[in-house]
Amino acid sequence: MRDIRTEEMLLNMGPQHPSTHGVFRVVIRTDGEMVLETESHIGYLHRCFEKVAENVSYVQVVPYTDRMDYVCSMINNLGWAEAVEKLLGIEAPERAQYIRVMVAELNRIASHLLAFGTYGMDIGAVTPFLYAFRDREKILKIFEKLCGQRLNYTYVRVGGVSFDITDEILKDIEDFCNYFEPDIIDEYNRLLSYNGIFISRTANVGVIPRQMAIGYGLTGPNLRGSGVRRDLRKDEPYCIYDRFQFEIPAGSGEQGQTGDCWDRYMVRIREMTQSIMIVRQALKGIPSGLHLDKKLQLKVKPPKGEAYHKVEGARGELGFHIVSDGSEKPYRVKTRGPSFCNISVLDELTRTGKCMVADMVAIIGSLDIVMGEVDR
Amino acid sequence: MASIPLFLSAAFHSCWLAQAPALETSKSSPNGLEALLQRLVHSYPAEGTWWGAIAAMLIACLAVFAFLNLFALFAVWLERKVSAHMQCRLGPMEVGPHGVLQTIADGIKLTVKEDIIPRVADKVLFIVAPIIVFTGTFIRFAPLPFGDYLVASDLNLGLFYIAAVGSVEVLGVIMAGWSSNNKWSLFGTIRTATQMVSYEIPIGIAFVTVAVSAGTLSTMQIVEQQSGWFWHWFVFRNPFLMVLSIIYLIASLAECKRSPFDLPEAESELVSGFHTEYTGIRFALFFLSEYAAMYLVSGVAVVAFFGGWYLGIPVIDRIGAAPDSSALAFVIGLLIKAHVLIGKAVGLVFVQMWVRWTLPRVRLDQMMSLCLKVLLPISLACLVGSALWDLFMGSLASGKEYSMFFWLE
Repeated sequence: MRDIRTEEMLLNMGPQHPSTHGVFRVVIRTDGEMVLETESHIGYLHRCFEKVAENVSYVQVVPYTDRMDYVCSMINNLGWAEAVEKLLGIEAPERAQYIRVMVAELNRIASHLLAFGTYGMDIGAVTPFLYAFRDREKILKIFEKLCGQRLNYTYVRVGGVSFDITDEILKDIEDFCNYFEPDIIDEYNRLLSYNGIFISRTANVGVIPRQMAIGYGLTGPNLRGSGVRRDLRKDEPYCIYDRFQFEIPAGSGEQGQTGDCWDRYMVRIREMTQSIMIVRQALKGIPSGLHLDKKLQLKVKPPKGEAYHKVEGARGELGFHIVSDGSEKPYRVKTRGPSFCNISVLDELTRTGKCMVADMVAIIGSLDIVMGEVDR
Repeated sequence: MASIPLFLSAAFHSCWLAQAPALETSKSSPNGLEALLQRLVHSYPAEGTWWGAIAAMLIACLAVFAFLNLFALFAVWLERKVSAHMQCRLGPMEVGPHGVLQTIADGIKLTVKEDIIPRVADKVLFIVAPIIVFTGTFIRFAPLPFGDYLVASDLNLGLFYIAAVGSVEVLGVIMAGWSSNNKWSLFGTIRTATQMVSYEIPIGIAFVTVAVSAGTLSTMQIVEQQSGWFWHWFVFRNPFLMVLSIIYLIASLAECKRSPFDLPEAESELVSGFHTEYTGIRFALFFLSEYAAMYLVSGVAVVAFFGGWYLGIPVIDRIGAAPDSSALAFVIGLLIKAHVLIGKAVGLVFVQMWVRWTLPRVRLDQMMSLCLKVLLPISLACLVGSALWDLFMGSLASGKEYSMFFWLE
């Protein structure tokens, strides 16, 4: 009898696939269920953000930053606004700074909730997704009250924030903090984090060692999952983050090896607790006063020069490099997007020879990429 | 909510009873209704005319088919409601009160949808596959009782038949995935084949153990042996059968491709697995057979482990059972028993849904190692243990029906 002939199969995952989290295509070379090699294809969502930014004024760029990492627009706005402020050599009013920290942290929670929910769905548990959306909805409601938008806020502007925060909204934020922490996070942990099947699916899967994480330029929860405690809010404080007490959670290989999918997942869950802590402190300290330098909205004309500013987004380091030629429009804008760098590690992770097709989904989900930012 | 299965089984029974006069043959039996029902539902009358036998068979088929369809309508609605309420949602609310008619609307939509056969698909296999899957599920219902006397065919090797015929479904699934000419479907197919064939082993061993304890493979006789108080149910007969009942429930989840073993149709990995390319009525057949299989494995669990149509309270179970009881009492007893059996099975179906909407999905290798390294050795040990227990402990208890709780009596 002749030997049974087997052959490798090329499998297209995406661009339309529920687990690629956007329009992302991975070509997988499989041997049965085993993944031998993958090749990532990006660019389906490219819309020339950097070129567009050269053709509109500094204030008009803000809505375009919304659409980069569309699940944490506030932090994108913040990054842009602070970069321009750095170029102008000004600082936003005190009250605006507090509001910025609050909305940024709330948006970080909303973003991590989405990551938590969709990750549960990737692993096959649908219920956590809807639990996460139940709570994300509360944050979106607050933002809706604040600026009328639920996803693309354009809230943080050059020189402040677009609308002042009212006492009612402050009360809503406080209610949300009390509702969310610690009860809801405990619920998530009981439902998914410490579920045996979930741990067996994520622990020791997609391990990113410390060196590899640094080598690939990973940032955000993906870097901290590998045990590197780097967070711009602590290491290079921007805005007023140096006034708040909080911790940087990092992966420690609690369920498997340091830097596996479970570690990255858990860093996000723990960061939500820290974000709530920051919001609570900001609620206590918020001063009265101006929320926006209104004159700046009409004409932003920075002097000749360039500035680079980076902030800690929900997915990692988000940097804007702006070159000004002294006119009303930026001469050149370069963005350092966290998802774009984070996604580069994917092909390396799947080349271990131990990765199965189901692990592909777990790994992509744990990297928590937003294709809107990868392609820009 | 609770009235739905009652309504359903009432409809099912009225279907039976309405058919009854049509079948009345020239021979009037001494016991009236009882004998008639017995002849009707056992569908293999020793006496009577040939057309009577064929009509009885047809009616049995139709009744099971009608039940399956009604159950699927109900179960799909139940699944959506269960999942919705577990997830802080409402689920279907528009069509009918609490959306009870939503499944009917969806069913109509599915039947009138365009029926697409991919250009590069293997047409013959593509068309035949859903029929085989549905038939494979449907014919497994033959020896499954819906109540006392209510069985399409009381085969003397009922459990064996259910386990054996189950493989037909796998064949259909493989045909579906292969003929679709879709790589993701192929993955689903291979996973299905691996999973269902592997998990038949613990299920088979569970059946063997029950058969060893009961001394028969006939589903009707197995249930008969579990009469009396509920500790006479096989699940309480000895500790090994108790473990096996849990193993059976786990394996049955895999058998009907339910979460956490829903790898063949893993939504987030394979999109829909083997039925990705199916639309319209063909997809409905897959859907229908999935829900039918859910009822089937639950029904078999009830018959083999959880006392079948016996409620476990002799006063209620004895209604209409005495030889001199009136026809009315007999019918009432019959209805109670059918409700008890279907109710228990629906309860287990609910547990399946509960598990599905709570747990994540396991990976292929984890699923296989769970089956071959955990369930298989334990079930084999339980087979031996149960046999030894029956041999030694059985002699301690008085009477034929005993359990590990025999000291309660």
